[in-house]
Amino acid sequence: MDFSFLFTNIVELTITGLAIGAVYSLVALGYTMVYGVLQLINFAHSEVFMYGTFAVAWVFVFLHGTVPVTQSLGSTIGLLVVALLAAMALSAAIALVIERVAYRPLLKRGAPRLMALISAIGASFALSELMGLRDRVVGWVGLRDNLDNYVSKARDTYSNPVTIQPDTVFHVGSYGVKNVDIMVIVAALLMMIALDQFVRRTRFGRGMRAVAQDPDSAALMGVNASRIVRGTFVLGGMMAGAAATLYMVKIGSTRQDSGFILGVKAFTAAVLGGIGNLRGALVGGLILGVAENYGAGIFGTQWKDVVSFVLLILILLVRPSGLLGESLGKARA
Amino acid sequence: MGVVRTYLDRMARRYAALPRPARLALIVLLVIFFYVLPLLRPPIITTEQIDFGGVMFGVAATALVAVGLNIVIGYAGLLDLGYIGFYLVGAYTTGVLTAYHFAWPFFLVLPLAVVVTMATGVLLGWPTLRVRGDYLAIVTLGFGEIIRLIVTNVGWLGAAAGIKDIPHPPNIGPAPKPPFDQGGLFSIPSLQWDGIIPSIDQGRDTRFLIFGALSAVPYYWLILTFLILILFADRLVKDSRVGRAWEATREDEDAAELMGVPTFRFKLLAFALGAAIGGLSGSLYASSQGGYINPQSFPLLLSILFVAAVIVGGAGSRWGAIVGGTLVAYLPERFREFADFRLLVFGLALMILPVYRPQGLLPPRRTIRARVAAKEIDQLEGRDDAQTEVL
Amino acid sequence: MAERARVLEVDDVTLRFGGLTALDSVSLHIDEGEILGMIGPNGAGKTTAFNVITGVYQPTSGAVRFEGQPLAGLKKHAITRRGIARTFQNIRLFNSMTALENVLVGADAHHSSGVLSALFRTSKHRREEDDGHERGMELLEFMGLTSRADELAANLSYGDQRRLEIARAMATGPKLLCLDEPAAGFNPQEKVQLMELIKRVRDRGYTVLLIEHDMRLVMGVTDRIVVLEFGKKIAEGTPAEIRDDPAVIAAYLGVDEDAS
Ligand SMILES: Nc1ncnc2c1ncn2[C@@H]1O[C@H](COP(=O)(O)OP(=O)(O)OP(=O)(O)O)[C@@H](O)[C@H]1O
Ligand SMILES: [Mg+2]
Repeated sequence: MDFSFLFTNIVELTITGLAIGAVYSLVALGYTMVYGVLQLINFAHSEVFMYGTFAVAWVFVFLHGTVPVTQSLGSTIGLLVVALLAAMALSAAIALVIERVAYRPLLKRGAPRLMALISAIGASFALSELMGLRDRVVGWVGLRDNLDNYVSKARDTYSNPVTIQPDTVFHVGSYGVKNVDIMVIVAALLMMIALDQFVRRTRFGRGMRAVAQDPDSAALMGVNASRIVRGTFVLGGMMAGAAATLYMVKIGSTRQDSGFILGVKAFTAAVLGGIGNLRGALVGGLILGVAENYGAGIFGTQWKDVVSFVLLILILLVRPSGLLGESLGKARA
Repeated sequence: MGVVRTYLDRMARRYAALPRPARLALIVLLVIFFYVLPLLRPPIITTEQIDFGGVMFGVAATALVAVGLNIVIGYAGLLDLGYIGFYLVGAYTTGVLTAYHFAWPFFLVLPLAVVVTMATGVLLGWPTLRVRGDYLAIVTLGFGEIIRLIVTNVGWLGAAAGIKDIPHPPNIGPAPKPPFDQGGLFSIPSLQWDGIIPSIDQGRDTRFLIFGALSAVPYYWLILTFLILILFADRLVKDSRVGRAWEATREDEDAAELMGVPTFRFKLLAFALGAAIGGLSGSLYASSQGGYINPQSFPLLLSILFVAAVIVGGAGSRWGAIVGGTLVAYLPERFREFADFRLLVFGLALMILPVYRPQGLLPPRRTIRARVAAKEIDQLEGRDDAQTEVL
Repeated sequence: MAERARVLEVDDVTLRFGGLTALDSVSLHIDEGEILGMIGPNGAGKTTAFNVITGVYQPTSGAVRFEGQPLAGLKKHAITRRGIARTFQNIRLFNSMTALENVLVGADAHHSSGVLSALFRTSKHRREEDDGHERGMELLEFMGLTSRADELAANLSYGDQRRLEIARAMATGPKLLCLDEPAAGFNPQEKVQLMELIKRVRDRGYTVLLIEHDMRLVMGVTDRIVVLEFGKKIAEGTPAEIRDDPAVIAAYLGVDEDAS
């Protein structure tokens, strides 16, 4: 254990922790919203995120080519906006597919919860494997050569050709805070505020809260529950797409299995804040990001993931309703 | 799918209708068949590119794991996604005690590995079995990953390099003296097939009973023996107060509790027994032909494949678990082209099955009866496409 | 009525769900061998009272004593083993198990054979299995379910399911049997039959606590009645006393139709 390392680097660990925590928060929103309306864990949400990361990388390859370059954040911003839109679109589409294939048929039959969870686990693996076999899949339709830049070495790390150079914007003590971290945190916060307002103010948001509180009486009041459920998956997917973009800004590369660990962490964030609670997802994500950075600082980076898993188990045991309490309906947002 | 399903159902029902001695005879025949299967090397099912004995060992090991996991998922209704962790604990206990730090004899270590794994199961189950069912899945996933990270990072457990030279189980008969004397008591030949005409294969002998590099068949026999013993035990326990308590807990935990079932204790018991079987399988795996384990041998993906084996086979049915385990382990070896698509296919199966056949390929017998009865009721009531959902 | 031992005492129990007071200083007692009726409009707190008695909820204040012993802090299954059994307003059988197996689960409440007994088929295991089967079949016969013993609970008719729930509860060998609207969904004739059955249950030595909406039926079978409204006990007495109680009449005015 190395507490002196933690104390000398506390500013850096906090800020980078907040940045990755902001990504967790955005992904956690998807878990939390679906849980809010369906009381089901969408295990496959991690793949919604993973597809988003590939959308980002593909956009860069498409618009920029495969030659690796390093450039500043400012000159990349235009590309980033295009990538963001593409990632949000692809992630939302994947979320819809999951809803259609793994949830709707089961919900219609009133199958047990565990079955829905198993189906989602299956969907998660199928999606992740599909990404890992994308070279074969495009080969079957005869596009292997045309798409080589996008599908080669399907099971390896796939990098964004454009590496964003973090620049120091200001100093806290001796640590120079990087523009990339600031951008990630601010962008995530903006997305979350937008979502929060959307859920509070629009008709759709009211419907969502009504279904979360009580699906039966919501139906009586004329809320179209299945439309709300679909919309919830789409919203969660869009947030995961945004998270994917920020993740690629910070990490720069992805893999077919990159959703797995991140998904468990985002789920931890959702539970930490109180599953079903939008603001809880924000709080949970930020706390988790910082906590695992501190934990890594104390015990060494190889224990980083263990820190989050232990935190998840502790929170479930000590306060299963999370820090801010459960429920989309009751928390009023 | 529909055809397979009615066929399997009909077979299961016909078997159930047989008189007891006939059922027993059938089982004995089946057991003998499975012991000699890797020597028979029947065409079509024998894997040609890969050593068939080794494949059968893998199949039996996976079936054993599935039978253990079936207690947890099928009987008690606890979705454990970190089962690989127990497999790992069994394997590493064996590795550490027979090779890495000590040199204890295999048949002393095997029960120890089972006990250690069982204790791990209790230790993990104690805090986690109180959380809600769907949370349990994620928590067990976390634990599975924690266990893997621990062995990856702790030097005393071999870290990333793993543990090698784990000794084989003890031989029966004189030890081999390479290069010519293969040891053992006697030789058992294998068959080879020319179309449908069998003949003795001169180059493929199995020495009784040498655990070595030459033939994987003795390892297969060993694990098959354990599998059969576990199946008997599984049946005795399922058909008792314990089995009823599990089923009641799975069906309605609160109601079970109010009928006097200490549900937590029984869930913990299921977890511990499942863990013990996982540990047994892991221990046998560690001392198998390669004698080498490392953290990469236990990816979390394997956990999901085990779950797939149980669900595809039919949760709550021990024969279903065997069928599921066999499919998961055998298909990719037989159809090498298929190996790369294994996770995709079983992922799809997990996704689709809950919708179209939630009871799996070989559901527990009572589920079959329930569905038949439900169908009759539906017909009486003039419906035709209703299904009972059972997990 | 002669002085009888008190089986159950509910002493000044209050239970709050957040802002809602589901039970408000409720006190009642049940004497050995009687059938106590519990009535009250929808949402009066009857089921909640059952839940407190059987340990599903811990009361916010007050105490429940069974045969003089406080139940506070006991697990649900321990309370069942002490001798309180119940049925559910919404049927909660173990659907994938047969009728007999459902009853066996109840009978197992007093058994203790575990994995090792089962593995080695010890004499204890066999004794308990025989005992359970014997008791189970006897109870099924008592409930008129003998021919359905090997049928899955899910496939039983509605009425059989209701009766099976009672059999399962009786199999736990309770002193006090709590029945939560056992006749719900029955037609008048079935209801009368069930009430006769409940009398016979009492005659076998069980003490019965019965929730039932239908005033007339309740009057016919119970020895005493407790009336709840908005979580408060508003009356208690013999059926005749309850019938003439102005508070009860007020509570049931306009409620009676849809409730019965
Ligand atoms: N777990 C709970 N959380 C919050 N409120 C509850 C809970 N259980 C019961 N209540 C409330 O307590 C009150 C009493 O409910 P209860 O089910 O005991 O009524 P009841 O007398 O059994 O009615 P019914 O005749 O409809 O069965 C109701 O207002 C109900 O909404
Ligand atoms: Mg009620």
